[in-house]
Amino acid sequence: MIDGASDTVQFAHRHLLGIEGLSPDDITLLLDRSESYVEQNRQIDKKKSVLRGRTIINLFFEASTRTRTSFELAGKRLGSDVINMSVSTSSIKKGETLIDTAMTLNAMHPDVLVLRHPDAGAAKLLSEKVNCAVINAGDGSHEHPTQALLDALTIRRRRGRLQGLMVAICGDIVHSRVARSNIHLLNTMGARVRLIAPRTLIPEGVERLGVEVFHDMRQGLEDCDIVMMLRLQIERMHGNFFPSIREYFHFFGLDYEKLASAKPDALIMHPGPMNRGVEIDSEVADDFGRSAIREQVEMGVAVRMACLELLTLNQPEAEQRNL
Amino acid sequence: MAGKPSESLGRVAYVNARLVDPASGLDAPGALLTEGEVIADFGAGLFAEGVPEGIKVVDCGGHCLIPGLVDIRVQLREPGDEHKGTLASGGRAATAGGITTMVCLPNTNPVIDDMSVVEFIARRARLLGLTKVYCYGAVTKGLEGRALAEMGMLAEAGAVAFTDGVKAVGDAQVMRRALSYAGTYRLLIVQHPEESSLAEDGAMNAGETATRLGLQGIPRAAEIIIVERDIRLVEMTGGRIHFAHVSTAEAIEAVGRAKARGLNVTCDTAPPYFALNETAVGDYRTFAKLSPPLRAEADRQAVVDGLKNGTIDAIASDHAPHDEDAKRLPFAQAACGGIGLETLLPVSLEFYQNGQMSLTDVLRLLTCAPADVLGLRAGRLEKGLPADLTLFDPDRAWKVVADDLLSKSKNSPFDGRPVQGRVLRTVVDGRAVYGREG
Repeated sequence: MIDGASDTVQFAHRHLLGIEGLSPDDITLLLDRSESYVEQNRQIDKKKSVLRGRTIINLFFEASTRTRTSFELAGKRLGSDVINMSVSTSSIKKGETLIDTAMTLNAMHPDVLVLRHPDAGAAKLLSEKVNCAVINAGDGSHEHPTQALLDALTIRRRRGRLQGLMVAICGDIVHSRVARSNIHLLNTMGARVRLIAPRTLIPEGVERLGVEVFHDMRQGLEDCDIVMMLRLQIERMHGNFFPSIREYFHFFGLDYEKLASAKPDALIMHPGPMNRGVEIDSEVADDFGRSAIREQVEMGVAVRMACLELLTLNQPEAEQRNL
Repeated sequence: MAGKPSESLGRVAYVNARLVDPASGLDAPGALLTEGEVIADFGAGLFAEGVPEGIKVVDCGGHCLIPGLVDIRVQLREPGDEHKGTLASGGRAATAGGITTMVCLPNTNPVIDDMSVVEFIARRARLLGLTKVYCYGAVTKGLEGRALAEMGMLAEAGAVAFTDGVKAVGDAQVMRRALSYAGTYRLLIVQHPEESSLAEDGAMNAGETATRLGLQGIPRAAEIIIVERDIRLVEMTGGRIHFAHVSTAEAIEAVGRAKARGLNVTCDTAPPYFALNETAVGDYRTFAKLSPPLRAEADRQAVVDGLKNGTIDAIASDHAPHDEDAKRLPFAQAACGGIGLETLLPVSLEFYQNGQMSLTDVLRLLTCAPADVLGLRAGRLEKGLPADLTLFDPDRAWKVVADDLLSKSKNSPFDGRPVQGRVLRTVVDGRAVYGREG
């Protein structure tokens, strides 16, 4: 089924730069395809040859463990060759150097470039300069589409649907690419999105993206099916957005007391890395009955396999590319 | 004067009073009954048939019985500067001034940027049993204008609003974040509106008098710039701001325009800014060195107009005690500020005495209006509210003699001023905490 189905599906985009602009059909296709890989990843033999002979380059300008590993595993399990390039931000200059690096890599004929970069729009810029598919693995505070897809897959497997669910995204919204991608995806798929954070961590005009904003956890969590917690991205904060960790945790950290406002079976999610005692209480994070945090990581590999597969299958034949 | 258990308070009838309650517009002869710590009843017809047995009677002699004054800007100096003033000395001065609720600035040592200090002040004030003391929390840690203080938790501990005290929050980005963050919890930011880079070298209002005296001036623009800037930031963040002691025509105009646009902006002023002008500095009188500085006559007139037309919401004493060491200095080196608890009522009553405002309108600026700015449950006569009352004779003439005031520090800018209006009795939670014979 896995290999056979690939002939019939078509992903309508050359790159995966963000969730914004994807149709419900696009998202459903990606999720359905991902679903088929979940079981495969649980087998002893996890390797397929769908992408045999293909080259995938992970180009990471920011520290990352789970995303990079997840893409690497996804590529390898599909039989492709995967190269990891980690570039420490301190040693490069932005803009021109990004393009120079991209041009160099392009000359090596990769099939997919997976880019993580601290600046919003970096993946888009790269996609305009190279001949291969580009997957955005996080660009600044803009988007992180595979994270939103793996979150959606996790929710869909647990709840059977996305339509009509009430999802709260809590914490550092202003700096979060995960929040933006999730807002787009959940809205596209008919879920309702609430944002909960102190005013300083809510970006201006975010209501226009189709969300309800709350500044009180108990009010905001009421009737929620899903509670997504975000990490405070201290490294992106210039000046202070809140007074102290203890005050933040007091009002916005997820503990059982605040969680009691959500639906009794509300699912807890976190894109990681978690800061225990900052945005989430350890007890809650480790509550296997409620928390889907580890499952999210598992879904990540499946989702990235689907993305790599659909994008490469979508590519024009090599000789038609501008070589 | 220490507080006693409420059971022993019983019932007290204040008869033969002129009841004035600005919140409801009441101004009529009548009586008021307190039961324990609260107002049980009041009105024109109360005790028309005489006071029943078992109720203690206080004859008000036809004088005004009003809700106790609410003073939203005082410096009490405790903890940290007890040689200038204490919660006890400030409390005694406040009761003598007819003030039953006051709100102190966080510029103590330690600064009120930690919950424990809020609790310390609340506990000390409660034990003293004098005027009720609430406090402002700091906007920024250590009042340094950089890192936000724990406003959410300070508010839970009891801080009623947030300010950096006698310093402005100068950095626009910090102020933006402060307004925005405070808005999370619907908290109010109180700003001392002064651009410090324009004011720091100055000693008095810039202009002819400063030039003649050879003193560096503080331009009016220092105030106007911050008021106008912060109004923009309020508009941007959806926060709430209150400007303390406005003193210039343009700042008042800016507040008026902001209110007309529906923004959450309020302001107060203090008696020196409507009762004095820069000529009070005279021959280098350091008691007239205030912050903001006393302005020229046109600005004083603008403050009067702002109070009359409602642009200025309230009057606060801006009580700032300083010992002699801080004031007996060359003018430029002397500390800023004057005491004001005991002169708040009589100096404000000048509006009534000279026919510029009704008695009710003057008292509104001292009772329910400041209480409403901070959302305090005070400043009005209402059944069930704490019995915080002031009895005063609006016509009694006296002369302010700084040395006779109860305040520990004596730095009054009104020293020597003949005034009218004398507090006869002050009641906090049903207990008489101040009484003047004859």
